[in-house]
Amino acid sequence: MTLKEIANELALAVRTASDKLDVGVTGGYASDLLSRVMAKAQKGNIWVTLQSHPNIVAVAVLLDLAGIVVTEGREPEPDTVKRANEEGVPILTTPHSTFTIVGKLAQLGVPGVD
Amino acid sequence: MERAKEVTKVQELVYELKVEQAMTRNVITVTPQTSMAEFREILRVNRISGTPVLENSELVGIISIEDLIKALANGELDATVGEKMTRNIKTLYADEPLVQAVSKFARYGFGRFPVIDRQGKLVGILTQGDIVKGLLKRLEIDYHEEEIHRYRASHIFEDIVADEAALLFRYNVIGQDFTRAGEAASSLKRTLSRLGIDPKIIRRVAIAAYEAEMNIVIFTDGGELVAEVRPERIKIEALDDGPGIPDIELAMQPGYSTAPEWVKEMGFGAGMGLPNIKACSDEMKLESTVGVGTRLEAIVYVEREEG
Repeated sequence: MTLKEIANELALAVRTASDKLDVGVTGGYASDLLSRVMAKAQKGNIWVTLQSHPNIVAVAVLLDLAGIVVTEGREPEPDTVKRANEEGVPILTTPHSTFTIVGKLAQLGVPGVD
Repeated sequence: MERAKEVTKVQELVYELKVEQAMTRNVITVTPQTSMAEFREILRVNRISGTPVLENSELVGIISIEDLIKALANGELDATVGEKMTRNIKTLYADEPLVQAVSKFARYGFGRFPVIDRQGKLVGILTQGDIVKGLLKRLEIDYHEEEIHRYRASHIFEDIVADEAALLFRYNVIGQDFTRAGEAASSLKRTLSRLGIDPKIIRRVAIAAYEAEMNIVIFTDGGELVAEVRPERIKIEALDDGPGIPDIELAMQPGYSTAPEWVKEMGFGAGMGLPNIKACSDEMKLESTVGVGTRLEAIVYVEREEG
């Protein structure tokens, strides 16, 4: 399943790198602790988080993540948007909570990383 | 995913390439006075399926193998090209992007389009085969360039003649700057990719480098990240001038953190940095003196592929 399909299914708003949505998503991980994400998330994963500061882009780049979903109506900071566009990291936003989004991703068949 | 990428690349090239880069330049032409019998010979000898028709260097029509078949069926081989050609011609401009040609082929179903310059002069002819050839040629060039690029970088150690060789990359890390935090690790990752190092190795180095960089950002006034790349291993050193770690054993425990609350709220300082570095590296050394500084060393071995 591609990031674009997920964005459509979950009605996620694409905030950055809208030209990078045709990538296949290999799985998902959810956490607001960056070190946990660094330790667990795998290449091509979609990462669901509340964090919206610029460092989430660095984490996504280092791990080759497919994209980041920022939940609960938080908007990525201007620096985050700038950096994400430069690095080609898609950031998607939603008013829903992390729990709800992860539930929907699971329904779509996106496997979790354990 | 690879396939999707290739399709995108072709789409990109169709917009990027101009008609003149794919067209055949040496166009065989006939005149309206050429007989259909002569036209048949021209097609046979040149192994083509149609030609533009020129009169006094002016493009006046186009004639194809279908016109010839019709003429043959009606026994009209003595007729002239002028009588049988299509006069209402659709052309392409040489400087148009190839995507225009693709859409015209789809719209009109013609086998070929004469290509003219902006003055209306015939400069070439384009078939669907030319488009495919043009795209393949360009993809081959791009691929070749990438290969050369990769070759040079990934074989760098084989090209170096020395008893011992190492590449050193040094990055400054600014303390307390959470906006730029992670840039050193990101730059290192990009550099290692260019060197053609195994992505699995890069991932481990990148995670260790990121955590080491974050520790400098969170806890110090700044420091540096140094990566030493050798054929058999990559060593990362993170150096700073303080404040130092009072109890290293405690600091190594997963979940133990002395990060201030506001840093934790950003998702940093979860007490997982050092354990992450340890998990990603084959060897890890941590030396610290309170009030003097900290030196962290992490080594990841590169398993060399056979041959």
